[in-house]
Amino acid sequence: MCLAIPGKIVSSEMHNGIRVGRVQFGGITRETCLDFVPEASVGDYVIVHVGFAISRVDREEAERSYEVLESMGLLKGELESDLEGAEAEK
Amino acid sequence: MKYLDEYRNEEIARGIVAELGRRATKPWVLMEICGGQTHTLMRYGIDEMLPAGIELVHGPGCPVCVTSLETIDKATEIASRPGVTLISYGDMLRVPGSRTDLFHVKAKGGDVRVVYSPTEALKFARANPGRKVVFFAVGFETTAPANAMAVWQAKREGLANFSMLASHVLVPPAIRALLSSPRNRVQGFIGPGHVCTVMGYREYQDLIREFRVPIVVGGFEPLDLLEAILMLVTQLEEGRAEVENQYVRSVTYEGNLLAQKVLAEVFEVCDRKWRGIGGIPESGLSLREEYAEFDADRIFGTEGVTADEPAECISAEVLQGLKKPTDCSAFGTRCTPENPLGAPMVSSEGACAAYYRYRRHAIPATVNR
Repeated sequence: MCLAIPGKIVSSEMHNGIRVGRVQFGGITRETCLDFVPEASVGDYVIVHVGFAISRVDREEAERSYEVLESMGLLKGELESDLEGAEAEK
Repeated sequence: MKYLDEYRNEEIARGIVAELGRRATKPWVLMEICGGQTHTLMRYGIDEMLPAGIELVHGPGCPVCVTSLETIDKATEIASRPGVTLISYGDMLRVPGSRTDLFHVKAKGGDVRVVYSPTEALKFARANPGRKVVFFAVGFETTAPANAMAVWQAKREGLANFSMLASHVLVPPAIRALLSSPRNRVQGFIGPGHVCTVMGYREYQDLIREFRVPIVVGGFEPLDLLEAILMLVTQLEEGRAEVENQYVRSVTYEGNLLAQKVLAEVFEVCDRKWRGIGGIPESGLSLREEYAEFDADRIFGTEGVTADEPAECISAEVLQGLKKPTDCSAFGTRCTPENPLGAPMVSSEGACAAYYRYRRHAIPATVNR
């Protein structure tokens, strides 16, 4: 869980005063807080850790390190969630 | 060199290894702090291709591994209570506590859920006001701002059914503890690239002044680690001890100031017990008094829980770089990722799990079926 994964920002909006976006990692998209990277906008690549972008990186760098993480089989566990997309439970 | 041929920058990597061979005139012991780096080193067999005499030992940088036994016990106790939903990162579920683990609590009907982000725990709390939602927050400085933000938001929204069992740890005090030990062998450190992305590397300069040991902040790809090793060996051979930044693509001197700000707003430095290592002064983060209403430890009255660690697991020595996972008599036999004796075998970032995955050939043939 201490891994940070590079992904591409595909959307960005304000939510209760917090900047939230969707970030794409390979075929998976996850909601991501963008508050710590005001310099990054849609189309940019960011390093994401537990749903928070912590730095902006260039595309080539992002693709290379994604490939390394994928080769180690570490991506699935890192993006695993019981709750993603889940509705409220009664 | 069995794995590097799968790497697209193989030629450059071999060039760095050759340069290392030319520069290293003495044996040196280097430690990588971060579990993610351990994984890359094992996956690409980097430790096995270094010139003889350059030894890599693996540090305590796996947050799941160093979370104290009593913290796990607190989590299992809270998760067993009616009306509670305990939410954590996936790796935490199989970490053995004194009597049970979260996975077994869940199997027995406890509401334990896995998320990849604390934000999801907040959402669950908003949507389920009848549940007491506890986020089990572990992690180093990389993770702390995200967890801090969740508590900050909960306070702002007055989300009364959300709380946090926080057990954050800090890297520089752990390095200080390792270097202060009379058994220390480490002569240079590969600094943790993502911790430093958040915190910068200012703090590491104090360590250099105190201990005269070189630290090179490194990234997570094979070339990053080889380059960091080369920078460390160069410093050691030249008699220098400085902080250098190999991972300039992500790390700056100041770090991410916005992340640091929310971290400091919600958390304060505290003494922390590390699994396998023991207490380290000022090595953790806990919720500030202003956020006490979100402190699960207080809400559920688990502050007094204590636990003793099992004797068979040598994780203490593994986490301090004194022993390799393969030095353990239980490695790969009585201790496997499916049936772990200690935390470093559980987490995907633990050194024992990395060795199990990539170095199973090191298990003596007599016991390897």
